[in-house]
Amino acid sequence: MDISFIIVQFVSGLTMATLLFLVASGLTLIFGVGNVFNFAHGSFYMLGAYLAYQTVSAWYSNFWVAAFVACLGAGIVGMLAEFLFLRRIYGRAEEGGFQILLTYSFILVIDDIVKIIWGSEYKSILRPSGLRGSAEVLGITIPTYNLAIIGFGLAVVILAWLVLTRTRPGRIARATAIDREMMATMGVNVPLTMTLVFGIATALGGFAGALAAPLRSVTPGAGIEVIIDSLIVVVIGGMGNFWGAWLGSLILGEVIAFAVVIVPEWASVVSYVVMVLVLIFKPEGLFAPRSVGKV
Amino acid sequence: MGNRINYGEVVFWAVLFLGFGIIPLLKATSYQMMLASHCLLWGLFAVAFNMLWGITGMLSFGQALYYGLGAYGVGLMVRHVGAGWFLPGLGLGLVASVILSVIVGLLIIRVSGVFFTVLTLAFGQLAWQITFRWYDFTGGDDGIQGIIAPGFLSNRIVYYYATLIVVIASIWFLRRVSRSPMGVLLRCIRQNPTRVAFVGQSVRFTQLRIYVISSFFCTLAGGLMAGVDNSIHTDMLYWTTSGEVILMSVLGGIGQFFGPFLGAGVFVVIQDVVGAKTEYWPLFIGVLMMVIVLLFPRGLVGEFQALRARLKSLTQGNRGADETASGTAKPA
Repeated sequence: MDISFIIVQFVSGLTMATLLFLVASGLTLIFGVGNVFNFAHGSFYMLGAYLAYQTVSAWYSNFWVAAFVACLGAGIVGMLAEFLFLRRIYGRAEEGGFQILLTYSFILVIDDIVKIIWGSEYKSILRPSGLRGSAEVLGITIPTYNLAIIGFGLAVVILAWLVLTRTRPGRIARATAIDREMMATMGVNVPLTMTLVFGIATALGGFAGALAAPLRSVTPGAGIEVIIDSLIVVVIGGMGNFWGAWLGSLILGEVIAFAVVIVPEWASVVSYVVMVLVLIFKPEGLFAPRSVGKV
Repeated sequence: MGNRINYGEVVFWAVLFLGFGIIPLLKATSYQMMLASHCLLWGLFAVAFNMLWGITGMLSFGQALYYGLGAYGVGLMVRHVGAGWFLPGLGLGLVASVILSVIVGLLIIRVSGVFFTVLTLAFGQLAWQITFRWYDFTGGDDGIQGIIAPGFLSNRIVYYYATLIVVIASIWFLRRVSRSPMGVLLRCIRQNPTRVAFVGQSVRFTQLRIYVISSFFCTLAGGLMAGVDNSIHTDMLYWTTSGEVILMSVLGGIGQFFGPFLGAGVFVVIQDVVGAKTEYWPLFIGVLMMVIVLLFPRGLVGEFQALRARLKSLTQGNRGADETASGTAKPA
């Protein structure tokens, strides 16, 4: 295994990590602000991929328009899901379990609706024009589209960090995470905040789906694969922690990228092994706030 | 719970003994017998699962791991050693489930709430991945066919009665556990783990014990199921199986011990009626789950009890009786 090959795998791992991060950051945002665990987050990713496919192949539109449609569509469906269903069970006794069941039922419903609309065969879309070639860096060929995804990921991380720490809505979101009741007393519309956060998070998931569509084939099972990986990411990084999700995605993306080469048959098992190792040595995740492990 | 005679419980045992006992005598077809066995074994699986969630408050999304372990214990022995190794396979599966649930349990009970659920799911999927990929050993996606219990158990009616006896004994045991001092402790852990620690009981150790007990009976249900269907498949380990057993439990009512058993029976019958007619079965159960979670969170048994309590309070003009059927009721 020579050095150029390692770099190629590293970039492919970074690409995977970026896509994972876009999903896992939304998952962790919803959990952090609303204390809701959205099991169906992968389904919004899948929905985004299908919306992008629909826009590109049926309406012959530009890829970036398609990514925008995917983002918007997943966000709107996410807000509707929160507004119509999830909102009704906040504050109920043993809320956690019912949240999981409700979001699990979203998975079943969204997956089957997607199957009804688009069928269950594999779909694929072309890379956006202008990003179909590959760039040569130090004699190593790397697809430009992968580089673009990594760039987008970085941009989203920086943007999200700026919004969360430097703007008023970001401050409201963080404060709501800490004390919902106090925020309501201060005149903040907490239910609206929750709906918006849900919309932004699912839009991120949909965006990731659209970005991934040219790389992987689009199937109804895509959502489940991605949610399991995102769960592992948040377990590794620590739940409800933005930077933890980032680190977790990086670790998992790289581990999978190299496992695919070293133990191709067992690549999907390796990610669980990482999770188990983290669990043994740091059960609350690498970046978790200290209180998580207790009660 | 109290010490008064619980008529619901009497009805339950009567149905279990008589109802399921006479099915083979009614000249039931082998298909109907299979449905009845499914009701029994899914019922056991659901009751064992609910020992974790409804009683102790630990929602596991990975009990399919143990269910599948039981099935594969039997299946792998029959495949690799010989058709006569059905019962040793069952025993081996049960031993393996105790060892595995202690190891996995020690890893995952360190976190609680939704983290616990996520970890159970992850371990369940890990087991599924391994079974799915290890084609040479497990048969992968093809599953294992032709599993028939040996000797006198190969007779369908004998196997049915053996299943019935094992299920009755297991549920009776779990009922004993749930009413024992340990059962009280389990409910305390659900309601207030901090206080359990204050009174000098170990939350973690008790959780581990119930995790092992629950997993043991999930394994038993899975192992016996292999003999009913005569074949096993990796889907038995897939997370949708864990999802189904959760749905059965909420359908019947997680606040009551026998609720999940009823839920499992209703679910198996619905699946038989609706599943054959539509290819969009997941959509159907998704909507069903949504309706139950949003509108009837107490499940069939819980809603029935609430209704009865309300009627009683109406006839007696006693408003306080409303509180008797609490279960997982919404705080007013």
